[in-house]
Amino acid sequence: MGKKKKEVDDRFKKFGTVSFTSITKVNDFIDYLEKGKVMASKCKDCGLVFFPPRADCYQCLTSNMEWIEVSGTGKLVSYSKLEFAPVGFGDDLPYAIALLDYGDYKVFGRIADGVPEEEIAVGMDMKTVANELPNGQLNYVFQKA
Amino acid sequence: MGKVGIIGVGQSAFVRGYPGSIRELAFDGFKECMQDAAITTKDIDASIICSAPEYDKQRSAAGVFAEYLGLVPQPTFYLESLCSSSSMGLRTAYSLVKSGLHDVVAVIGFQKMSEISSAESQERMGRGADIQWESPFGTMMPAYYAMYARAHMAAYGTTPDDLALIRVKAATYGQINEKAVYRKGVTFEMFSDPESPMSNPVASPLRVGDCCANADGSSCVIVANEEKAKAFCKKPVWILGLGAASTAVNLPGRDLFTGLTVAQQAGEQAYRMAGVTAKDIDVAEVHDCFTIAEMMAYENLGFAKPGEGKELIKSKETYKEGSIPVNVDGGLLSKGHPIGATGGSQIRTIVLQLRGEAGEMQVKDPEIGLVHNIGGVGLYGNVSILGR
Repeated sequence: MGKKKKEVDDRFKKFGTVSFTSITKVNDFIDYLEKGKVMASKCKDCGLVFFPPRADCYQCLTSNMEWIEVSGTGKLVSYSKLEFAPVGFGDDLPYAIALLDYGDYKVFGRIADGVPEEEIAVGMDMKTVANELPNGQLNYVFQKA
Repeated sequence: MGKVGIIGVGQSAFVRGYPGSIRELAFDGFKECMQDAAITTKDIDASIICSAPEYDKQRSAAGVFAEYLGLVPQPTFYLESLCSSSSMGLRTAYSLVKSGLHDVVAVIGFQKMSEISSAESQERMGRGADIQWESPFGTMMPAYYAMYARAHMAAYGTTPDDLALIRVKAATYGQINEKAVYRKGVTFEMFSDPESPMSNPVASPLRVGDCCANADGSSCVIVANEEKAKAFCKKPVWILGLGAASTAVNLPGRDLFTGLTVAQQAGEQAYRMAGVTAKDIDVAEVHDCFTIAEMMAYENLGFAKPGEGKELIKSKETYKEGSIPVNVDGGLLSKGHPIGATGGSQIRTIVLQLRGEAGEMQVKDPEIGLVHNIGGVGLYGNVSILGR
């Protein structure tokens, strides 16, 4: 009788071009991404909203979280278009990383490949959209609102 | 409780591809420091080894260095806060001495970045950010600082030309610093010359000329209590104020993108402890890993109001002859940035300035100097104020 192999929930290895984390308590984020939804987490005890999502609330010292969808539009805080990339990201070049401010929280990610750089301006409204990468991995990108 | 002083400083030359092992690299900075302090290894009660370990093949270099440098059987340990490791080392040494636990402590910083390729180095630098949520997007240090540059430009009308002026200043002094990795001059025109590598885009709006040079190097600072400092040293430099702060590693956890909160907070703490203000600083070393980082440092430390940093560099007030000389040793941009060694090298520059021993780089008769050393993308901030 062989030992039954313990199942490892490593869904998070699907996040981004290259994922550096496979096991996390917020693995459901990946399931939502697969359904086309980008989610934040909200503490049911104090109402604090977290992006990136987290399993634990430092304010309440509880782990009583619910998922809420990142919806509507955020304002572009800043961005940068990369001409060089870290190891493993070379095929994605050029690409732009960016930050959106939704008021209660902010979201860090990439600007969608199709958005021309001359149309990007700090302060513009953008929305966050789930995205499948050519290598089958999942992330999310910012599109013009 | 008495004062805490710096009785010796040293650094290796900052170079590309150091032709030796890490313990030999550490020896270079240590030797200069020990000759400067004119003490023996028996006079040192403990050593703190500062580095960013992801560049090291050796696990826990502290023990290896302590043996190689003759610092056994005294206690030794490893300390890391990314690029501000050796300033955090100074802070820790201060507390070890101030508490009375030790009389004399050596802070040794080093990095041999050439142990790995430039691409691998960039991958590791990207992992100085949030590896769960941000690194999977392909982030790297220049791109994060570029986002701060873009926000600063949008808020204050700062331009890439303003940033280029900071690099031109750095190169002015890199040429006369024999320890610098980049000894060549950089002109303003190079930034608009497609033939010059300085003009090549890295991460918009930052160009090659806006980025510091990776280097191998080591530094050493020896800290002593007042009694020992006066006994060992003719010109001890006193630690007047120390500040340190941290913030969210990921950008969504932050609110300020035109400056670094850790620098503001560490600066306020250090000024308060020293009982001085920005106006009292005669010479400063700031963490110019990118040109925008120096611009933000002007503003975060109170040398200029928010958004007015560009006026300081345009009017050359941060040159050696100006009202607040900054990075007159070439800074990280030209002197080079061997991560764990950088803070110690900045401290060395200010100590030499305060002693009047900075040679061609000497600022006229400074009494109070400041070191601003940042870890990661504004993740950790250390400000140290030193005086004669």
